[in-house]
Amino acid sequence: MSLLEIRNACLKLDGKDILKGLSLSVNEGEVHAIMGPNGSGKSTLSYMLAGREGYDLDKGEILLEGKSLIEMSADERARSGLFLAFQYPVELPGVGAMSFLREAVNSRRKFLGEKEFDHLGFVKEARKEASKMFVKDEMLKRSVNVGFSGGEKKRFEILQMAMLKPKISILDETDSGLDVDALKIVSEGVNAQRSKDNAIVVITHYQRLLDYIIPDFVHILSDGAIIKSGGPELALEVEKNGYAGLINAS
Amino acid sequence: MVATQETIDKVKEVSQSYKYGFITNVESEKAPLGLNEDIVRFISQKKKEPQWLLEWRLKAYKKWLTMKQPNWAMVNFPDINFQDIYYYSAPKTKPKLNSLDEVDPELLRTYEKLGIPIKEQEMLAGVAVDYVFDSVSVATTFREKLEKEGIIFCPISEAVQNYPELVKKYIGSVIPIGDNYYAALNSAVFTDGSFVYVPKGVRCPMELSTYFRINEQNSGQFERTLIIVEDDAYVSYLEGCTAPQRDENQLHAAVVELIAMNNSEIKYSTVQNWYPGDKDGKGGIYNFVTKRGNCLGKRSKISWTQVETGSAITWKYPSCILKGDESVGEFYSVAVANNAQQADTGTKMIHIGKNTKSTIISKGISAGKAQNTYRGQVQIQKNALGSRNFTQCDSLLIGDKCGAHTVPYINQYTPSARVEHEATTSKISEDQLFYCLQRGLDTEQATSLIVNGFCKEVMKELPMEFAVEAQKLIGISLEGSVG
Repeated sequence: MSLLEIRNACLKLDGKDILKGLSLSVNEGEVHAIMGPNGSGKSTLSYMLAGREGYDLDKGEILLEGKSLIEMSADERARSGLFLAFQYPVELPGVGAMSFLREAVNSRRKFLGEKEFDHLGFVKEARKEASKMFVKDEMLKRSVNVGFSGGEKKRFEILQMAMLKPKISILDETDSGLDVDALKIVSEGVNAQRSKDNAIVVITHYQRLLDYIIPDFVHILSDGAIIKSGGPELALEVEKNGYAGLINAS
Repeated sequence: MVATQETIDKVKEVSQSYKYGFITNVESEKAPLGLNEDIVRFISQKKKEPQWLLEWRLKAYKKWLTMKQPNWAMVNFPDINFQDIYYYSAPKTKPKLNSLDEVDPELLRTYEKLGIPIKEQEMLAGVAVDYVFDSVSVATTFREKLEKEGIIFCPISEAVQNYPELVKKYIGSVIPIGDNYYAALNSAVFTDGSFVYVPKGVRCPMELSTYFRINEQNSGQFERTLIIVEDDAYVSYLEGCTAPQRDENQLHAAVVELIAMNNSEIKYSTVQNWYPGDKDGKGGIYNFVTKRGNCLGKRSKISWTQVETGSAITWKYPSCILKGDESVGEFYSVAVANNAQQADTGTKMIHIGKNTKSTIISKGISAGKAQNTYRGQVQIQKNALGSRNFTQCDSLLIGDKCGAHTVPYINQYTPSARVEHEATTSKISEDQLFYCLQRGLDTEQATSLIVNGFCKEVMKELPMEFAVEAQKLIGISLEGSVG
């Protein structure tokens, strides 16, 4: 049984077909990269998987550890172990980053039947993980994403991933807006999460991120469906020939 | 035939009763329905009040008769029949139930969510429990501590008996009987409320809460509160409670007067969760309150902090008169209106002394079909040189059927003062909600988190115990408004 299975996903937005029969199978321990040009359906795919309102499948199925996600709300999917690292993380004024993290972690722990963290216990755990992501204490005292630079926002996303320990993580263009140093930190954070019990789907435009987060499989998304799959060398091919070349060939 | 003494006495007795228009039975539980001069006298007599207070009440009643109900606020309600109200009933005990099983499950659910311990739940719901011993002993220790410092904290009717000079000196000094329609009514018929006096140089060692006012079992229909703090003294007073309170009396017209002398400070916090009525607004409480603080002394300070989530209609403007030079007035407010609630609330800061300062932070949250209005007045008199005001009023709209309105008045009569006003209106964005949902929080948790984030600046002014409960309360009052 695969960890995440997408079967023939079809989705319309505002009457327009966006996902046109997308299928993907991700097993535990694997890292998959999905690359595609603008308009290929990358964001729609992330929102659809995360269960955002308005992104219901018209046809097809999504299974997480064999269980259908279609009837589950966004928060239910999250508690079941699905994590989305947002391309543009939104600001939550007045909502303390530390409290937010704790509430998120505790709702997952509650779901798993694990003991929830109390305030002090959590702060200790959070600081440990935060230092690995170079997230300073001072940042955790601020409101979520308010006044965070692009790099800080992405690092905070990966910090949340580290603390939530999801089964499947979708990283939606995590590299967008990052300089090389930030890219390295974020990639190290992601790589530290890799284990045989979980899986990661990296969605990106550019091959550069994949130099740091080396995928097991690469898929090319074009016009709402996956047109080609291969190993890491496929990403290098995109780099060399561009998407147009690959799309025309298939 | 010469009348016997017995007959003479009998006639006297009968005519005595006619003097009041009805049989004066000192033991009676309730005054008859309605309001007239006799009822005012009845109330005063029941409370064994001195002549000066009776005369004060009658003056207020006569003034009230000449006044008209104000109708300028953005609130709509059916006409109140003032003759259809009982203006006095003996302290009543709530209906006695045998166990929590007999209590409305909705009420219990709210208590659970607020984290109220079982013993307290029983007490609040009117379960016949042996709580009297507990609350009396706690209150007794409390009072002993206060007496040691010379602090007076008692029901106002007790203060009239034991400290009449103080009451006479200050009652009506901040809110005169003719101030407004509801204040006049309150002055005529008030029956309970708090009296606080803090002597010079004393910092009250604990938060005073209405919870500890024993022998006060009335509903607070026409409460009158008077708080006096002498030079260099301090008190923090908490009014209300987060547990939802129902009351057969629909109209609540309270009056609160605060007086602060040189270098003193009064911190007055309110959490109001009166029954808001059903989804269509029927049967809820009307909360028409007049609250005002007089910063009489130099460098005196009065802060009002309120979280209003209940009542069908909330109509109140806790205000400060900044008379003393360098005095400070503050107003921090969160007003939630959901379903069919209406709120027209705000503050008045009147700058009279030099270098006075006022801060207004108002957060209005509207949901359902509710209407929420901020109405504020900043008045800088011409001798209030060097005065400063900062006002921030923010509105949060949840859903597309509610309304938020802002009516600020700024009257500045000296160019040497500085007045700043900022206002924002926002909605809870779908993106923000989705972000929280994607982290495993359900819609209720997400809304509560975002709304409390919105209210943070006000919430941090509340005393700690109140703040935690108030946060939960805001979440509960917005249930069902999103998603």
